[in-house]
Amino acid sequence: MTVIIGLEIHCQLNTKTKLFCGCSTDYRDDGPNTHVCPICLGLPGTLPVTNKQAVLYALKVAKALHCEVPAFSEFARKNYFYPDLPKAFQITQYDKPLAVGGYIEIEAESGGEKRVQLTRIHMEEDPGRLVHKGSGDRGRYTLVDYNRSGVPLIEIVTEPELSSPKEARRFLNKLRATLEYLGIYDPEREGSLRVDANISIKGYERVEVKNITSYKGVEKALTFEITRQKGMIRRNAPIVRETRHYQEARGVTTSARSKEEEHDYRYFPEPDLAPLEVSSWVPEIVLPELPDARRDRFMQQYGISQNHARTLTGDLKLAEFFEEVASDMPEIAAPWTADILLGELNYRDMPVTKVPVPHYIALLLEVKKGSVTDTSAVEILRLILNQVIEEEKPEMPGEIIVRLGLSKEGGDSIVDTVASVLKEHEAAVADHRAGKAGAINFLVGQVMKATRGRADPKEIAKIITDLLKD
Amino acid sequence: MGSQYSFDHPDPHNAFITICHEAEYGEGPLSGIPVAVKDNISTAGIETTCGSNILKGYIPPYDAHVITLLRSAGAAIVGKTNMDEFGMGTTTETSAFGPTLNPADTTRAPGGSSGGSAAAVASGMVHMALGTDTGGSIRCPASFCGIVGLKPTYGRVSRYGLIAYANSMEQIGPLAGNVRDCALLYSVIAGHDPRDGTSLDLPAPAPLKPEIAGKRIGVPAEFFGEGVDPTVASVVQSGIDRLEGLGAEIISCSMPSMQYALAAYYVTSMSEASSNLGRYDGVRFGMAPDFVRLWHDAYSHIRKTGFGEEVRRRILLGSFALSAGYKGKYYAKAQAARQMVRNDFARLFETVDMLAGPTMPCVALPLGETSNPLSMYLADILTVPANLAGVPALSVPCGTAHTLPVGLQLIGKHGAEDEILSAALAFEEGSA
Ligand SMILES: [Zn+2]
Repeated sequence: MTVIIGLEIHCQLNTKTKLFCGCSTDYRDDGPNTHVCPICLGLPGTLPVTNKQAVLYALKVAKALHCEVPAFSEFARKNYFYPDLPKAFQITQYDKPLAVGGYIEIEAESGGEKRVQLTRIHMEEDPGRLVHKGSGDRGRYTLVDYNRSGVPLIEIVTEPELSSPKEARRFLNKLRATLEYLGIYDPEREGSLRVDANISIKGYERVEVKNITSYKGVEKALTFEITRQKGMIRRNAPIVRETRHYQEARGVTTSARSKEEEHDYRYFPEPDLAPLEVSSWVPEIVLPELPDARRDRFMQQYGISQNHARTLTGDLKLAEFFEEVASDMPEIAAPWTADILLGELNYRDMPVTKVPVPHYIALLLEVKKGSVTDTSAVEILRLILNQVIEEEKPEMPGEIIVRLGLSKEGGDSIVDTVASVLKEHEAAVADHRAGKAGAINFLVGQVMKATRGRADPKEIAKIITDLLKD
Repeated sequence: MGSQYSFDHPDPHNAFITICHEAEYGEGPLSGIPVAVKDNISTAGIETTCGSNILKGYIPPYDAHVITLLRSAGAAIVGKTNMDEFGMGTTTETSAFGPTLNPADTTRAPGGSSGGSAAAVASGMVHMALGTDTGGSIRCPASFCGIVGLKPTYGRVSRYGLIAYANSMEQIGPLAGNVRDCALLYSVIAGHDPRDGTSLDLPAPAPLKPEIAGKRIGVPAEFFGEGVDPTVASVVQSGIDRLEGLGAEIISCSMPSMQYALAAYYVTSMSEASSNLGRYDGVRFGMAPDFVRLWHDAYSHIRKTGFGEEVRRRILLGSFALSAGYKGKYYAKAQAARQMVRNDFARLFETVDMLAGPTMPCVALPLGETSNPLSMYLADILTVPANLAGVPALSVPCGTAHTLPVGLQLIGKHGAEDEILSAALAFEEGSA
């Protein structure tokens, strides 16, 4: 059963002001309805005026994603009633979008590069936000916050060309990184990237899954929906063409009431706004270095593997961090940052920007010098990260090594330790001599325990075999 | 600022919805002049209802751009005038605040939808007033009340603060007892406003002087077509003869797109209105909903009780014209017809300077006589073409028929308000 997935991604642009009025978009720490004016409240008589910065940001995305920008595009009204929509229509774009075509290249599930074609990119305004309060049948009520009303969005629509949830995740990772590199979007902002997905099994009806509010939820939502559809097919149950909502907390999709699907949005051109004739702006737009270009440069400049380069450039802040710490030891910095640090950060849900750069560089230098084992270095890293989380002043790795006595044991002292461990475990030694595999692992473990991880296991194994040869 | 204008007139014609008995005024070209404002133009601190129950109690927190201009020109804003609900009518009878009486004959309607503004001027309560014109709503009552009214070029006057009925066609414009006052008020409100994305940046209006000699004036045969009262036609024809007598060259011409104009106008205006009026849901302003209900029930209750019959009719027809399956047949066809009207004007204006004809096909109608909406719609046939094409047009008194005022309509080229005002002044003063 072939899976066909298409995505619609809404991205909030991080302009200073809203799309059609002068209200600030930075309402995060402020109370409800504090960033509003007659225009974004939809008061009678108000008129929209297009924010040029938002158009430029959208064009920047269009250029970075290789789209074509038609000479003429226009805003349209999408009419529907909902309490978060003050004008009872959303200003969006309909049959004349800002940009058409374009593509994003991702790593295909089958290996190699895959080009995912885009259908279009258009601009629109965000509605307000509903806050549901109270409980029980009588106590329930809903408040409306219009702070978000009028925040600029772009909607990026792909062709139905993704073939698995994993590819969808890769696509979104690449898109998210590109948007971040372009500096037009704030990944820290809640709900700044929202995804709707169209999913079908080849030969069957298409289902739209809405309300995937975090891009991390996409893989889960898609996996659930595909499993559901495959199950229906196996049971010979019909798959109906419908809209389903993703319930993030439960990780399931549920059917939207059919009433909501019967919308006739009565689109027509927004009479209060002149058409956009902005294709001539595109050549003037200067793009920054984008993820693919940076990945290739990392491989060339630092001589690191493609996998490491892809991981390190998949997030702007991570790439910037790597360049700060890599300098003359990229061969250590790359695996440490991509394989170890990233895992530790994800585990702690900690942004890379919080990692103290001098401490991390000092740690890499200790690793490079060979003064601590990898195990100890990880312990030191964890300690530093935890200190940052606890808002303590982090210790320098050198101090930690001294304080905890983590200096790597080697030379005579390690040979002495091995010798005494061998003396204590004569039975295991006998097993080893008798050719029992596993005995050596037990002995290495005992030495590691005795040195509290400060010795290199490979080195210990070698010493053990050397000592027992005699 | 700081001077007070005491406005203490009785209002026997029900011209006003709100009267400001004490109005502040300042220095400027309109210093101390009382000006009445149609009640669909937002005035900070003064209730603005659009003639509708649904906006009763709504006090805008901001001034429309034209109000800012009026205030800085020193005008005293003395009240908000009656109108057809949301501008939807040709008689001012669809107002939730009762009909306005025509000062020329109080058994008759003043025309609409700016009937209150026209009556306030015609009765002498004020010298000038602001109206709005979506399909003739300034020119119709000007014609029926025997005063002067101008619909400017689309984009010439900022619509910021004008409560929308049909955005792509409407303009705010002046009504006054004579051409000079009309031009004075126009010169104050015309100009570019960055808050209106459709606003034009044109040179300031030129000083007014009578000028008609040598002008080429086209008279489309369709302006005197079927449905035009013969007495009105002959009064206007003699007015056109007077223009010729003043040295204008009269050229017969044709405007075939007229046959589609009315349908194009109504489909477009109702479609836009159906969208514009969606926001009246009782959540943020105006009539408050019953919060015990579910939101969709509260919405439909508010809209059912808050809007009058004509407004509901136009919202429904407009929603239908935009709906899937019918949009191509109605909205899209209307836009094509609208382009034909524009093309006709462009073609005619290659050879003539302006067009002339009757403003309305009839004289003011008796109150209560327009219960049939279709016959009311037909009365707009001569005024809607200028709105469809966005060109300026005015109505200037031309005499009487059946003892009631008749207006002569002059339609100018895009941006040529000065030219039609100069011609109207020459016509009014009888000198070239
Ligand atoms: Zn705002």
